[in-house]
Amino acid sequence: MTELLIKKIYNWVDERYQVTDLTGFFTKKTVPVHKHFVWYYLGGITLFLFIVQVATGILLLFYYKPTAAEAYESVKFITTKVEFGWLVRSVHSWSANLMVFSAFVHLFSTFFLKAYRPPRELTWVTGSGLLFIVMGLGFTGYLLPWNELSFFATKVGTQMAGAVPVAGEYLRTILRGGDEISDATITRFFALHVMVLPIAAVSLLGLHLIMVQFQGMSEPLSSAKDPVKKTMKFFPNFLLRDLVVWLLILAGLMVLSIMFPWELGKKADPFAPTPFGIKPEWYFLWMFQTLKYIPAKIFMFDGEVLGILGFGAAGVGLVLLPFIDIWARREKRNPVFSILGVFTIIYMLFMTYLAYFGPQK
Amino acid sequence: MKKVQMHKKVSISILVLLALSAPCCMAQEKDYCVECHKTLDGSAKEPVDKISHDVHSKRGLSCADCHGGDRTKEDFDEAKDPAKGFIGRPKRNEIPGFCGKCHSDPAYMRRYNPNIQTDQLAKYMESQHGKLNAQGDQKVAVCISCHDVHGIREKADPRAPIFITNAPMRCASCHADKEYMKDYSIPTDQMEEYSHGVHGEALLKKGDRGAPACHSCHGSHDAALPRAIAVGNVCAQCHSLTRDLFAKSPHKAAHDRMGIPECEACHGNHKIARTSDEMLGTGPGSVCEKCHKEGSSPYIAATSMKTSIETLKGDIKDTESMVKDAERMGIEVSETKYFLDEANNSLTKSRTYVHTFSKETVAGIAKEGIDLALKAKDKARKAIGEFNFRRKWLAAVIGIILLLAAVLYLKIRNMEKT
Repeated sequence: MTELLIKKIYNWVDERYQVTDLTGFFTKKTVPVHKHFVWYYLGGITLFLFIVQVATGILLLFYYKPTAAEAYESVKFITTKVEFGWLVRSVHSWSANLMVFSAFVHLFSTFFLKAYRPPRELTWVTGSGLLFIVMGLGFTGYLLPWNELSFFATKVGTQMAGAVPVAGEYLRTILRGGDEISDATITRFFALHVMVLPIAAVSLLGLHLIMVQFQGMSEPLSSAKDPVKKTMKFFPNFLLRDLVVWLLILAGLMVLSIMFPWELGKKADPFAPTPFGIKPEWYFLWMFQTLKYIPAKIFMFDGEVLGILGFGAAGVGLVLLPFIDIWARREKRNPVFSILGVFTIIYMLFMTYLAYFGPQK
Repeated sequence: MKKVQMHKKVSISILVLLALSAPCCMAQEKDYCVECHKTLDGSAKEPVDKISHDVHSKRGLSCADCHGGDRTKEDFDEAKDPAKGFIGRPKRNEIPGFCGKCHSDPAYMRRYNPNIQTDQLAKYMESQHGKLNAQGDQKVAVCISCHDVHGIREKADPRAPIFITNAPMRCASCHADKEYMKDYSIPTDQMEEYSHGVHGEALLKKGDRGAPACHSCHGSHDAALPRAIAVGNVCAQCHSLTRDLFAKSPHKAAHDRMGIPECEACHGNHKIARTSDEMLGTGPGSVCEKCHKEGSSPYIAATSMKTSIETLKGDIKDTESMVKDAERMGIEVSETKYFLDEANNSLTKSRTYVHTFSKETVAGIAKEGIDLALKAKDKARKAIGEFNFRRKWLAAVIGIILLLAAVLYLKIRNMEKT
């Protein structure tokens, strides 16, 4: 009886929207199986964490008040008075950090597997764009609880934006909504965090997923030339595997959120002096630390400006990588890129280590 | 006609300009006291060296304004002509009158500082220092002993010897000098004691300028020993509530009757130790036992007050430990901490109200604190319970998630086998 009803509903929808064509596409789609297969899960993990972010973010929105006077109190209210509010907030914070981490790992895995080779150049471009949006979401969301740490870290972060040549002053004023971090800053960070960046993320994510589904998973160079190709059906085999991984990630997320609840800290006092050792979020630390080591003047140029320009150039280089690595376009591996990738990872880890454990300037 | 008017205007303008510029073009009068003394050596040159930061010099007063004579004359005899009021160097015991000449004249002093007191000389003459000075004592403190001479700084200047944190050392420069004080038969250990007391540590070690120095209790110009009966009033300048409570207590009449200094009897004078609960009740450190015998009604009251305070302290300590545990577990405890703070306030209040020497009053305040501490303890207990609930809840959720994952995994295996 139930089966008959489901079949009827399916037929009704199929007659109007040709669902069978779509399911047919997924059932025919295959995923290459090889020794680097495990890295395929990273994109799915990032997607899952993004979904968690959206769901918990909406729940937080029911109670959060984006003003300098009420933000801290509203987050405190969420964590102390709202049923399971502490869990929602903790999951949102942990998931945000895990999402940034998995996005970085996903980026580096696709980099080393050279997944950006033709015809997947634009998948890489949209993916690297998504990484920047995720970092933007992290940066804007960090300020919203309006605690001491986030307030001063945002102060330092927006100060760094002021060093961008020509438009730096404007950029800083636009970000802050004035000369200082104030009520205007939290409202615009809130607007960016819950509206502008999520819309951009969903749009770019949609494009990214369509491209991935349409073109399929990229095969690494090492297995591309294998005479015997092993594959796996995307639906249901790979999708079910993805689900298992998502469930494991969810379990890990719950353990972290409950055993190590995200602290709220002290309420921000804009008139207090900047506390010693204030740091941005861990994923910005390597840049923050680099700027510390750059001399104030390099020849006739301002060191900080050169540093910011360097990061900007690296970002552009990252997005345009599929068009720069001409060897990969010919299905060849140039070790320079792999060495560059390894060096970048070591550099980022070392700078982050120094920021936490090195001499504090 | 217009031309004549024009000439007139130009001439008047020139005259006005000349008149305005005249003072700056005139040669400034030389101060020959300074000119001459700066060429000398040793003590004759010292006043010139120090006068640059002297409060009088900064307000335009010169040597002659105090010492008399004519500073505009280069000639020695003319400059130091007694007919022109030259006094020269006053004798030590003449110094108070020498300074008081101006400092006792309200009309004169108002020209420089309308808020300055002008009763210093009168007060000094009433002080122990002033009385001895009047008897011809050449060693006793006069104005310059504390304020310095020629290089006199305002009392708000941290470099001034009478600045609050420097003042005790200034008094000690005489009062701690056994050799200097040998003729006066008074102790010389006040500074040593004060510096180890709660007030001395606050002022000298922590730099707390709200803490009392010697003059806060003994007065400055009218420095004297407070009489036994007045000691309470001296302490009450800061500890007013304690003093009020004491004044209404049965101790007040007893102290007055026996001539025992009020606060000093239990707390000491210069070396006032940091108060502790050990001072109350019985046991080592108790001050009650000094006067009250075991079994007496005051002895029982002291024991009861101590018990009330100790009970409150115990409850606060237990709660604090639980709140710390809850905090470590990541539970929000700001509301719990509020009640704990209030309980601590009750503890402070009960310690102050010990000076009523009423066991009922202290017990009542301690009870308020105990209730608050118990409220906080209850909240802390709930917070820890919440954490345990979360852990159980987590275990259940993780179990369900892992079960789902296992089912899915088996489904995949089964599917791929077939």
